[in-house]
Amino acid sequence: MHLLVINWAMFTEKLVLIILVVSGSLVIAMYSTYAERKVAAIIQDRRGPNRAGPFGILQPLADGLKLFFKEEIIPKFSSKFLFILGPSIAMLTAIMIGAVIPWGNKFHIFNRDVPLQIADVNIGILYIFGIVSLGVYGIMIGGWASNNKFSLLGAMRAASQIISYELAMGITLIALLMLTGTLSLKTMVGQQMDHLWNIFKQPLGFLIFLICAFAETNRTPFDLAEAENELIGGYHSEYSSMKLGFYLFAEYVNMFLSSAVMVTLFFGGYDIPFINDVTFIDKIGTNWMAVFQGFIFFMKILCFLFLFMWVRWTIPRFRYDQLMNLGWKVLLPLALFNMLVTGAIILLHQNHWHF
Amino acid sequence: MQALTNKIKPVSRKKMTFWERIYLPEILKGMFITFKHIFRKKVTINYPEQTRPFSPVFRGLQILNRDEEGRERCTACGLCAVACPAEAITMEAAERQPGEEHLYREEKYAAKYEINMLRCIFCGYCEEACPKDAVYLSETFAPSNYQRRGFIYGKKDLLIPNPKEDPEGYAKALGDRKQHPQGHGNEH
Repeated sequence: MHLLVINWAMFTEKLVLIILVVSGSLVIAMYSTYAERKVAAIIQDRRGPNRAGPFGILQPLADGLKLFFKEEIIPKFSSKFLFILGPSIAMLTAIMIGAVIPWGNKFHIFNRDVPLQIADVNIGILYIFGIVSLGVYGIMIGGWASNNKFSLLGAMRAASQIISYELAMGITLIALLMLTGTLSLKTMVGQQMDHLWNIFKQPLGFLIFLICAFAETNRTPFDLAEAENELIGGYHSEYSSMKLGFYLFAEYVNMFLSSAVMVTLFFGGYDIPFINDVTFIDKIGTNWMAVFQGFIFFMKILCFLFLFMWVRWTIPRFRYDQLMNLGWKVLLPLALFNMLVTGAIILLHQNHWHF
Repeated sequence: MQALTNKIKPVSRKKMTFWERIYLPEILKGMFITFKHIFRKKVTINYPEQTRPFSPVFRGLQILNRDEEGRERCTACGLCAVACPAEAITMEAAERQPGEEHLYREEKYAAKYEINMLRCIFCGYCEEACPKDAVYLSETFAPSNYQRRGFIYGKKDLLIPNPKEDPEGYAKALGDRKQHPQGHGNEH
């Protein structure tokens, strides 16, 4: 028995999916920058970008073009290879997360079932964690290669922050994994389609995960690594032109994909709420169902993106000691507590509520 | 110390309550406040399309006035230049030749009249000093320019459009600002 049949049909199918997902997340990241500025403006009673095209819709293009036309400076005493590698890794790891996220159930075309997921890896969530930890390298290498002590300090701050919060995040996930009994994201979504969404079973876990996601993506209130108005720019202070653009852009791609992960884990992924899926599929067919699911998934992600921006323009930044206190003294014990309670309840449940 | 205004708020150093130390409810409160701002009226004025209304006493760019027949009123007496605290005004006088009566109101006129808008402080003393009703401050301000010499306004920049040749431009230059009810005391 072949576990995986590789033929031309599958190859083209995956290639199309990969192109769609990568370009899709890039376009969404592009328009997140626009949305961020619009949201900031609206929250601050301003109008935001409205000059480039109708409603300023071409603004991200103009920003990107500007970054491309800027002079590209590679500092004389930097190590050139690492200096270029840094932003590349940051961008690469950001995009790679999209590989295991199920964007919808499946299409049925040319007598083939095409699952809307690039790779249904059975260790999906572990893969995400691996990639997210790799993201630290992008920042660290960038800061180190700049050969500038302030960049290095910024990189250290960012790296230690990300590592600290990854811990609480991982432990929260253990509780979730105990509950679902699987590492595959697709199976998790399937479970949530049949039963309750995980948010109702793990509210505390979701809260911790959300806070950690904010810290992982370097967003306010945890954006001390690149605090625009306090530091010169943290780890990317030596960067210019599109290499700087890649770092800034990677943040938005990260934001988009971590929203996608959160929706998948806690909010039912592409599950359509309040609708009986089986009767609905009979009514509109598999393909339209997949489109509709993708749309719903996308809407959920957009809500999270708005939350990210809303929080950014509301909450002031933490001090560094407060950040570390929160990570190690509050979130980590809380996550451990959550794990213990979940474990105890699962044990009791399996024992039919007898001690 | 006696406070000058009643806006002073003493800093409170009291210990935070448990509710405040959880931090999340306070965050939610803050987020609710920012959310309310989404529905507020925007304060921005879209500048080139919309402009802020000027106050009735706004002092903008100078304008050289003409009389009803379109003749220049300025006689190059130099009182405005003397009154100018920033020394922004220079002029050269010339004598009106026979046959130029339709151009200049009196026998003497300003052949050259320049205001350096980089020096001008828009105090309006020139308007007050003028005995011939020739200089007024309008409702516009000097547009930006790439060169310093672009800010030295000559007669062709300052003169109001001729009411006979270009009545529309003249009406536009007069604007819809109401004249001062009492005038400023220097008329004729």
